[in-house]
Amino acid sequence: MSLLAGARDWLDERFHWAELIAPLKKKTVPLHKLSPWYFLGGITLFLFMIQVCTGILLLLYYRPGANESFESVQYIMTRVQFGWLVRSIHSYAANLMILTAFAHMFSVVFLRAYRKPRELTWVSGMLLLFLAMGFGFSGYLLPWNTLAFFATKVGTEIAGQVPLIGHGIMVFLRGGEDVTGATVTRFFGFHVAVLPLLTTLLVLVHLALVQYFGMSVPPGVEARWKASPAEARQMKFFPNFFLRELMAWYIALGVLGALAAILPWDLGTKADPFASAPAGIRPEWYFMFMFQTLKEIPAKVWFLDGEVVGILVFGAAGALWLLLPFFDPLARGRGRKFIMGAAIFALSYIIAMTLYGYKPN
Amino acid sequence: MQSQDSPAAGPPRRRIVEVLLGGGLLASFASFFYPVLRYLIPPRVVDLGGDAVVAAKVGELRPNGSKIFRFGSRPGLLVMTSEGEYRALSAVCTHLSCTVQYRSDLHEIWCACHNGLYDLNGRNISGPPPRPLEAFHVHVRGDEIVVSRVREA
Amino acid sequence: MATSQIKGLAGALFLLLGMALCANTASAQAQNTCLDCHGALDPPLQVTAEQFASDIHAQKGLTCAGCHGGDPTKADTDAMSKAAGFRGKVQRSQIPELCGHCHSDGAYMRQYNPSLRTDQLAQYKTSVHGQRLAHGDTKVAVCIDCHGVHGLRPASDARSKVNPLNVAETCSRCHSNAEYMKEYKIPTDQFADYSKSVHHEAMVIRGDLSAPTCTTCHGNHGAAPPGVGSVKNVCATCHVFQSQMFDKSSHKAAFQAAGLPGCVVCHSNHDVKHPSDVMLGTGPGSVCVRCHTPGDRCDRATTAIHADLTRLKDAIQETDGVLAVAESSGMEVSESRLGQDQARDSLTKARVTIHSFRKELVDQDIQAGLKINATDLQAGNNALRERTYRRVGLGISVLAILIVLLGLRAYLRLIEQNPKSESHVES
Repeated sequence: MSLLAGARDWLDERFHWAELIAPLKKKTVPLHKLSPWYFLGGITLFLFMIQVCTGILLLLYYRPGANESFESVQYIMTRVQFGWLVRSIHSYAANLMILTAFAHMFSVVFLRAYRKPRELTWVSGMLLLFLAMGFGFSGYLLPWNTLAFFATKVGTEIAGQVPLIGHGIMVFLRGGEDVTGATVTRFFGFHVAVLPLLTTLLVLVHLALVQYFGMSVPPGVEARWKASPAEARQMKFFPNFFLRELMAWYIALGVLGALAAILPWDLGTKADPFASAPAGIRPEWYFMFMFQTLKEIPAKVWFLDGEVVGILVFGAAGALWLLLPFFDPLARGRGRKFIMGAAIFALSYIIAMTLYGYKPN
Repeated sequence: MQSQDSPAAGPPRRRIVEVLLGGGLLASFASFFYPVLRYLIPPRVVDLGGDAVVAAKVGELRPNGSKIFRFGSRPGLLVMTSEGEYRALSAVCTHLSCTVQYRSDLHEIWCACHNGLYDLNGRNISGPPPRPLEAFHVHVRGDEIVVSRVREA
Repeated sequence: MATSQIKGLAGALFLLLGMALCANTASAQAQNTCLDCHGALDPPLQVTAEQFASDIHAQKGLTCAGCHGGDPTKADTDAMSKAAGFRGKVQRSQIPELCGHCHSDGAYMRQYNPSLRTDQLAQYKTSVHGQRLAHGDTKVAVCIDCHGVHGLRPASDARSKVNPLNVAETCSRCHSNAEYMKEYKIPTDQFADYSKSVHHEAMVIRGDLSAPTCTTCHGNHGAAPPGVGSVKNVCATCHVFQSQMFDKSSHKAAFQAAGLPGCVVCHSNHDVKHPSDVMLGTGPGSVCVRCHTPGDRCDRATTAIHADLTRLKDAIQETDGVLAVAESSGMEVSESRLGQDQARDSLTKARVTIHSFRKELVDQDIQAGLKINATDLQAGNNALRERTYRRVGLGISVLAILIVLLGLRAYLRLIEQNPKSESHVES
């Protein structure tokens, strides 16, 4: 008897292993022209797992604090064997993960996968997206270099513009009135403890919901299959779909390795709170569209501060977007077209504003 | 599901693919885990970080003597006064960034480029330098003289 | 009196009181009726209140009468009363004495600014300007020509004509005017030359106020060109090392014997350019050939020194290039960069040691620099080797990944050839 079969029997005698994994063996993925979009969720999860692994490795050498953060990252990049690899992969995978998360979210919108009964899957996913951006914002400060310092300063200052509670939020984020070593310590706590905990819980919820409801089929395909059931095609998750996912994951690994080896992530120069901001301060690309929008809004709109208006608009947009599935049943025909139109506008706006933010001037 | 038990059962093509896949997976896992394992081994140079550095050993300096040491990416100056006290300062002149030196005849710190003078506290007392030298903390730990930056939050 | 009349009188009194108060506060601490008329006149009699308000003397409470005499409390031409000591426009030849009346009185000046010097007049009398003035030449500079007169600012004010940043321009107003200076038969190209110099660049462009300007070498109140023998002392104030080496060198005695003004011979006095290695040897920019014969012992020595300097410079450049490539590929080379700074310091020191005119001393510095450079070059090459190692490692893992991808594709194709592997499930 082979080892694998022996192990299976051992587990089966104690945990009814065969019964446990039976539903997984039966799991299928709908097969149609738009099926490739189903890969995005898995890739985001894979990248998150890479972040956890590389993050834990970085934790072994990183030290938070104004006089230690930069030096410890420098140490990792130059003295620790393959430290440059771990750190560069962590930085590149972070950006890639947020990209795939956005793509996954937009694909869900355009494939209308958020419809009943999957509303909570959508909500948990949107919250995960917000957490991912929080990961990005908090992690960016940790190397304590000039760009990160000023990006954090500007970012938390914008957060401070929220009416009434803004200043409180800013002080809470910064651990004081200014961005100092205390901010690094705080962001470190968020980045390695608070956010991972919340994310893990939400990921489990999200995956459980996905497993429970199965994969959503786009409305057009759904209608077609209802009309002629013989056309409906499914692919087994194990091993067929999973092996294909594995290919995508391996490609991602190759890309990450190549980026890390050929274009290692920059160390930058150590942050100096007393130096003036260098020209061209900007946030990471996934915040660029918001940042650029705020720059374009005039200083005063009606009687309100331009920045406050921008923040409120983005806040409202975010809230509405979060509750998208709950508007769906209210919208019929024209309403649906409106949602699709809004989604196209949102995507185009984000892309356009991001590109515009990087325009050299 | 295809049976995966005995290799002899399947056609030779399948065998090739299985070997290829298995070998590739093994090789790729090795190429992932090799760096990770090397990473886990701590490097020999346990850096104290740019925060603190061992500038010298006790007994290396004589009274009214000095030493240039590396601190972060800039030179630092360690001075032992005639009374036996240690002072540590940045050795970068605040005028045009030449490296300063200790003058045992003057008991002051001198910059050879344009004749700037600083006292042992780093204060600029004569010549072109516009600002004092940055001062560091010194403390003796066993037989090591540790120079560290003045702490901030 | 009727109520309305009382009101009217009270109103008039209020008005008068107000005007009096306003008049008081308007003329700083002291009343200065002179400005009432002279503010409205045309130049050269014009002195406006705004002009005078920026004057340091006015701010300290001095009125026009302080220099011109008269009574500043009287209105109209009563103020210019001879009885009150009015003397009108002061003669140029009397200006230094007039200013010195207060500014040389230590006890008096202590009331206003105890740290101000009080020897300006004494110094002026030793200067070329002062001596010529004593002999009746009123074309020379007197106090007001440099300091201004009615809008006089302290030297520390950046707008003052005697602030270090502005001194050269102030001197050039006369000294670059060929017409004005015709009878003195001295050159008028000093300011033009100075503007091309490295000292001017340091002061005006880099903002280094410790850089020399006209008064640094010539003195300000006691202005005179330094004697041939003392030029070196002037330069030595900042360029100590070079001066010490020169003193111990063979050239000191030689220059003295020939009556040559030390540093100026090779470096010029006003258009002091940034020195370069081509000043050595026999090339077009060489200064040695002005005295030395090409091919003689000394010439051979300078050519050898020049070759050494070039060697070190090129070595440093080569290493810098290697480090740059390593850095742009993501390798960490900051320690070597620091080492290169020290190598460059050695090169600078070697160039300073030239002033000893002894090749063996220059060689010491060159060797030190080459040694540091060699270490850094080694580190740079190591970094490049590491870079190659990383790319090879990447290549291996990419190869492994490609094999896995091919294997997966083949495996999938294998298991999906069999129709049984894809089950059709009713949706």
